[in-house]
Amino acid sequence: MSESTMKPLVSVQNLCKTYGGEKRLFGGSTQALKAVDNVSFDIEPGETLGLVGESGSGKSTTGRVLLQLEAPTSGDILYKGENITGLSKPTLKPYRRDMQVIFQDPYASLNPRMTVGEFVGEPLEVHKLGGSRREREDRVASLFTKVGLDPSFMKRYPHEFSGGQRQRVNIARAIALNPAFIVADEPITALDVSIQAQIVNLFQDLQDELGLTYLFIAHDLSMIRYLCHRVAVMLRGRIVEIGPCDAIFENPQHAYTKALLSAIPVPDPDIERNRRPLVFDVGANLPPEDAVLRPVGNRHFVLEA
Amino acid sequence: MAPLLEVRNLTVAFDTPAGTVHAVNDVSYSLEEGETLGIVGESGSGKSVHALSMVGLIATPPGRIVRGEVLFNGRDLLALTQRDLFEVRGKEIGFVFQDPMTSLNPVLTIERQIAEPLRRHFGMSASQARTRVVELLELVGIPDAARRAKQYPHEFSGGMRQRVMIAIGISCNPKLLIADEATTALDVTVQAQILDLVRDLKKKIGTTVIWITHDMGVVAGLADTVQVMYGGRIMERGPVRAVFHDPRNAYTWGLLKSLPHGGRRGVTRLYQIPGNPPDLTKEPIGDPFAPRNPFATERCRIETPPLGEVEGSVAGHKAAAWYDLRAELAATQVQP
Repeated sequence: MSESTMKPLVSVQNLCKTYGGEKRLFGGSTQALKAVDNVSFDIEPGETLGLVGESGSGKSTTGRVLLQLEAPTSGDILYKGENITGLSKPTLKPYRRDMQVIFQDPYASLNPRMTVGEFVGEPLEVHKLGGSRREREDRVASLFTKVGLDPSFMKRYPHEFSGGQRQRVNIARAIALNPAFIVADEPITALDVSIQAQIVNLFQDLQDELGLTYLFIAHDLSMIRYLCHRVAVMLRGRIVEIGPCDAIFENPQHAYTKALLSAIPVPDPDIERNRRPLVFDVGANLPPEDAVLRPVGNRHFVLEA
Repeated sequence: MAPLLEVRNLTVAFDTPAGTVHAVNDVSYSLEEGETLGIVGESGSGKSVHALSMVGLIATPPGRIVRGEVLFNGRDLLALTQRDLFEVRGKEIGFVFQDPMTSLNPVLTIERQIAEPLRRHFGMSASQARTRVVELLELVGIPDAARRAKQYPHEFSGGMRQRVMIAIGISCNPKLLIADEATTALDVTVQAQILDLVRDLKKKIGTTVIWITHDMGVVAGLADTVQVMYGGRIMERGPVRAVFHDPRNAYTWGLLKSLPHGGRRGVTRLYQIPGNPPDLTKEPIGDPFAPRNPFATERCRIETPPLGEVEGSVAGHKAAAWYDLRAELAATQVQP
């Protein structure tokens, strides 16, 4: 789809994920829900692709299926050009090292009975990396420093940390295996406002330093605009618009993208008081089945019939 | 004219196994009739607890009102019995809470739930209440109200449920509506509709509103007055334009500065407030933001600054600061 010369690191082709639709015991079938409906995109090495949309739009499911945390109903996932869809657990393991995930809730994703040092070092142990215990501890200490935590905190338990610190612990674990690709699913949503900028800056610094590639899933569009190179907008399981960040924010083409952008509250009373959000009735404006993404600009595509 | 609400020295603490949590410390402010007050702050700032404690909605124990008065129409709410508070809550003061999924009873129809305060407070008959419920649902923009009233919460989307919550909140024409993160769980397009609805209701029925949120953008569009809270204290308060354009407290300034404001990475770097939120189990001494404040003076660490009128701004613009933020910012800009 993209006409870039660079080879994509991750490529998703015609991905579908349907829930339900199974046969019931006594005939009939449950209603099928297309959570992800024919989604395709590429992510280049070192790029941050933002995935936005409202709750239920399928953005988190896309991330989960991409990482093979769930099997797709159909479609392919390519990593460095190799099709990794439906690989068995042992054959998938080396890819798992390369692809990591950070979740929204920094409280729920930590193990309360493990010290944060053990938690960050666990992937090294699972993948039999990091050498001796001593070497592993050194590696964990350097990871702590990298994410802005004092290595002396290694012996502490999750409950002793604030939300922002816990998210730093999660990030340290995610980068422990030197991954190339990270899916970040609403990583700042649960954090206090005064902490969000710290974590966004950390994501940016790690990308600059380690050359990471991100799929950044969020509903906070102002942070997406700040952090991402390209943005994909999802509506009811489909990508309705995808393009460079500036094109999406300065020159949105799809009615849904326009409505979404017009609804972001602006922290300036002079602007905010005169803002008139556009109304978009999803039910009446669902993209037709046969709609396809058509180019409207450089790497900028819109779903049209 | 006397203010509708006057909070004086409200101090609330929670006795927990980890120690006493000083949740609200010496909060005083007043609210005029018809005014919309936006309260911003993050978790632990005391913004929600102070509102809940005003009407006896915190669990005691572990909660404890240490001191203070909350005068509502001249009557001290903190001195009322629970029975008297029943009459105030829902009738004179309406509430809208954050989570529309858990605040509604799943086994009762929407109609039952909106009718409950009407029947309790006004002694309406079932049919009177039914008529009023349909009116209310229409007022909050729920189409096909008569049919929808018979449905259960699971048949409503998140945005529609939040509208139902607002309908319950305003059902008895309260003098004061308190909304606590009422749109936080909603999608931005739905949030925009709810905020439009609140603006509309203010025009139609002139409700006084306290809107509690962590979203500076929401406050910018809705509030007349904004009050910034941190560590259980009011850090700054004033007309919304004055506070947003000319903040005098370092926390307010930092919060506004840390937002992306349409900026792009590579071009600008986000300003980040250093450090972590305060530990509320520590005795509240000094300015709670001092450990994270680059402009803090020695005095900030030992003595709590009072909330006082700021110089060179509009009337009613108050800040709690020992330092002169304007002078500090001017000085840092001079340096190369």
